[in-house]
Amino acid sequence: MTLQAPAVAPPGGSFEGLTSQLPRAMEWLRRNLFSSFSNTLLTLLVLALFVLVVPPFFNWAVTDATISGDSRAACTGSGACWTFIKLRLHTFLWGHYPDSELWRVGAAALLLVGFSIPVMRDTVRHRGIYLLLLLTVFPLIAAILLAGGVLGLPEVDTSEWGGLMLDVIISFVTVAGALPLGILLALGRRSQLDVVKYLSIAFIELWRSVPLLTVLFMSAVMLPLFLPHGVSIDRLIRAMVAFTLFNAAYMAETVRGGLQGVPVGQEEAAVSLGLGFWRVQGFVVLPQALRIVVPGIVNNIVDLFKDTSLVTIISLVDLLGAVEQALKDPAWLGLAKEGYIFTAALFFVCCFAMSSYGRRFERRLNRHRTGTT
Amino acid sequence: MVRRPSRRAKAAQWLLLAAVLAVAYVIISDAADNLARRNLRFGFGFLADRANFDIPFHLVSWVEADTYGRALLVSLLNTLLVSAMGIVTATLLGLVVGIMRLSVNWLMRNVALGFIEFVRNTPQLVQIIFWYFAVLQTLPPPRGSITIPGGFLLNIRGLYVPGAVMRPGSELLSLLAVTLLVATPFMWRLRLGEVLVGAKALVLPLLAIGLLAGGTERIEFPALKGFNIAGGTQIPPELVALWAGLSIYASAFIAEIVRSAIEAVPKGQHEAAHSMGLRRAPVLFLIVLPQAIRIMVPQLTSQYLNIIKSSTLGAAVAYPEIFQIFAGTVMQQANKEVETIIVVMAVFLTINLLASAFMNWYNERVALVER
Repeated sequence: MTLQAPAVAPPGGSFEGLTSQLPRAMEWLRRNLFSSFSNTLLTLLVLALFVLVVPPFFNWAVTDATISGDSRAACTGSGACWTFIKLRLHTFLWGHYPDSELWRVGAAALLLVGFSIPVMRDTVRHRGIYLLLLLTVFPLIAAILLAGGVLGLPEVDTSEWGGLMLDVIISFVTVAGALPLGILLALGRRSQLDVVKYLSIAFIELWRSVPLLTVLFMSAVMLPLFLPHGVSIDRLIRAMVAFTLFNAAYMAETVRGGLQGVPVGQEEAAVSLGLGFWRVQGFVVLPQALRIVVPGIVNNIVDLFKDTSLVTIISLVDLLGAVEQALKDPAWLGLAKEGYIFTAALFFVCCFAMSSYGRRFERRLNRHRTGTT
Repeated sequence: MVRRPSRRAKAAQWLLLAAVLAVAYVIISDAADNLARRNLRFGFGFLADRANFDIPFHLVSWVEADTYGRALLVSLLNTLLVSAMGIVTATLLGLVVGIMRLSVNWLMRNVALGFIEFVRNTPQLVQIIFWYFAVLQTLPPPRGSITIPGGFLLNIRGLYVPGAVMRPGSELLSLLAVTLLVATPFMWRLRLGEVLVGAKALVLPLLAIGLLAGGTERIEFPALKGFNIAGGTQIPPELVALWAGLSIYASAFIAEIVRSAIEAVPKGQHEAAHSMGLRRAPVLFLIVLPQAIRIMVPQLTSQYLNIIKSSTLGAAVAYPEIFQIFAGTVMQQANKEVETIIVVMAVFLTINLLASAFMNWYNERVALVER
């Protein structure tokens, strides 16, 4: 809520008759934009800024921009050269995944949507089971589909994976690994067993105090040293391990917040019924705790999705990496603005969708708590 | 088998410890084996070796003949510099945007909201790279420098700010001035007998300013000379991009912290202040914000630590901070993969521990003492 009384009504709520709306609109304007001298000044200042920034940007991005054609020569105007994005879109989205096998990416994406829907809808019963399916069965099918090599599917090496697809894959694997690990660590941190408690604290605080980049570098450079001679792990999988361990620490702290939000009486009551530790946690404490922390977990997921762009630095070709590579093409030099604005926009759409879902869930949660539906 | 649950749990935790130690042992022996195969020796002796590479931006003197140990100091200072710059601007910008979010003005409120949403939902790395490659690298050469009011110049070689030229031999004076500035908050809290020094301590910074002004020969403004800019201080574009990326990204998060902290201050506080006839600005700055700061401290700490950790993203634009120098140049040149990563991690671990210790101490001081 704001410091002041909330605005009367959003503008243009329902425009049945303009004449009847006009006084209300005027009233809205007066209250929200021109309530005092300083307020009017601020409004005019912001409007002036808009006039200064928006038209030039609009001209560059739309009016003067080029999107037709299939070479640099097509971009003759003074505006943006979206032709570049259009021609490279396939590498930005799925890297160098073979064209003939693209249906597999599509199928995996459809499956992801299909598996996610029951998890996100609140009218569905037993959502926990669907979540479990999403985190166990789906990755298995998707891995078979994308990597191939079995069931008559030709193998596609992970070095050919790339673009936005790679960001999504890394994020998904990280969530599937970091969530359970984070829950265990959160339980461990609250454990009465000293060894478990201090090991968990050490693990969590260690990862949380170093930058992700050092962890990624460790996976790229140091991890091979830690393996027995002759054993080597795929570079992508190494990065995924790094992401999982790193994010498990953050997930653990989020989940711990939820565990603290469950009244102690719940656990005591369950214990007094004779349930053992895992049953108490699994059937009584965690279901309540996880519900509270869904918005926090969604925030973590948004953060880690953004962080997947860091794999560019250890030379995996995700969306950012693909754009950087394309920008180095001598035929398309000097298009950094277009490339990075496109990257930012694509990331924005994905992250904004996720955080909106998190906020909606949070609002619903608050309604439940206060008892008003 | 052990029957009693409590004993079973105790047994299990020792098994866990044994397992962790076993894994650690396997990892270390593998690493030793692999290093031996490559004829490498684990050790930090290389820190005394000659570095033989250039660090383009340094706060203390650096020549190629210096040691890796000196490179650690130089790059650590670069990390701390950009972090400090980022923390200051992110806080100021975050405060402004956070207050804008609570404005009575609908337009202001929503501009702030749009800014926050956009910044929070795009990767920080993309933002830093955008500032560097899409903005700073497309600026005109020195001859076409963009003039910013206040004597600043901006071109492809970076941002030029006015600088003070000190009289020769005034180093001692500057040192004294810095000491006075640092001493001010301590003086403020000092008790002489029964009397608190308090605001009288403000004499010290005034004195410091006087000393600095006395030591300054002239203020030099950057200006075009031939094909280059002369005078003033140059901030290289790598630093500007990283600075912008760190402060803008963090400011969006800080704005939300500021907003929620202000909202968490009981409504009665500003109602009471209003009813005493205070206007909106004094209410905000004298009544509400001081109480909100108490709520903000823990969250702000974690944002500041995030800024310090994210400064490693400078590697993407080749700003010579500790990660770029150690995990990049030194690692390849000295062939010390394990040691360099350990050094970098140890540095950040130390910074984190120090920061949380300081913040715990500060939190205890400002926390409300309840009856």
